[in-house]
Amino acid sequence: MEYIILIISAILVNNVVLAQFLGICPFLGVSTKIDTSVGMGMAVMFVMTLANLVTYFIYNYLLVPLGIQFMQTITFIFVIAFLVQVVEIILKKSVPALYQALGIYLPLITTNCAVLGTAILAMQKELNLVMSVLYAASIAVGFTLALVLMAGIREQMVLTGNPKGMKGFPITLITAGLLSLAFMGFSGIVK
Amino acid sequence: MSSLKYLTNGLIKENPIFVLVLGTCPALAVTTSAVNGLGMGAATLFVLLCSNVIISLIKNFIPDKVRIAAFIVIIASFVTIVDLVMNAYSPELYKALGIFIPLIVVNCMILGRAEAFAQKNKVLYAFLDGLGMGLGFTLAITMMGAIREILGNGTIFNIRIFGAEGSTLLLFVLPPGAFITYGFLIAVMNRIRMKYNL
Repeated sequence: MEYIILIISAILVNNVVLAQFLGICPFLGVSTKIDTSVGMGMAVMFVMTLANLVTYFIYNYLLVPLGIQFMQTITFIFVIAFLVQVVEIILKKSVPALYQALGIYLPLITTNCAVLGTAILAMQKELNLVMSVLYAASIAVGFTLALVLMAGIREQMVLTGNPKGMKGFPITLITAGLLSLAFMGFSGIVK
Repeated sequence: MSSLKYLTNGLIKENPIFVLVLGTCPALAVTTSAVNGLGMGAATLFVLLCSNVIISLIKNFIPDKVRIAAFIVIIASFVTIVDLVMNAYSPELYKALGIFIPLIVVNCMILGRAEAFAQKNKVLYAFLDGLGMGLGFTLAITMMGAIREILGNGTIFNIRIFGAEGSTLLLFVLPPGAFITYGFLIAVMNRIRMKYNL
């Protein structure tokens, strides 16, 4: 039950983009087509889950015994940057098809604050290993969901006429606001 | 005189929030009140200013291939300083800004200025650019915080202006209000910039 609550809470109630404001840059930048949104979402899920797995071990078995928890930010961002590089190299060699699909999104993930944010949040919530990985995967599902929904709306919105000053970012942000309002409807599900 | 343009560049013409649309995550997340916006702006300003100056100073010693990693270490060091100082001296603000303090590391504006400006320019220019961009960012998110606080809470800098508690547009301090306020602000800025050709 605890696991189900964690998953629902991370995907719908505390949606990473629409309620917690993490990963806004890719949300605004990549969400123009449904295909690319799915690609980006998969890449994020891959890196985020791995990042939480690795940072869990680093935090609990390296930083805590040495008593240097304040180094958290520096080590985590390094782990993520390193991980993105490694994933990119491995995918290129072993699964070229997947690399082709995710390729361009991978470097962007290093500066995706959702990845670092999730790693830090999981540490702050003091989740155990299984919960931490599950949490990261659920957050990534929520991220993908928001991205795909937004892309679907934006694909339609291209066809409509907007006032000159509202074109581009303004109308996208207001749409995101309405989407966020819709997601607030989930807030009663779990405490 | 000519060096002054590096300072004013970030304020209006290339305002990171309204024109470049960088560093949007903190701009949306922490602007529930003007004080939070100001605090976040000050923290970001400090990190941006220091990292710009340091990167400009040591730009000739950083090998080109590892420059991004080097920039990130420099930025992360200053973020850690801010994190610890704020935790010690202003625990209330620290709590309100929460996870967005460590996340200054991945604020694309800071890495963006390091990559696009500081590593190519003299220290003085890098300093002025950092100051201008940082002030532009601070002004923008303080303004956003003020608007959301007035509409959502009826107060500004915790001073009540109108309405009794609970009779205000609560929506604006909730997540949807952040997106909507930001959207309309960019639209207004676009209009002003079009009209006066800025």
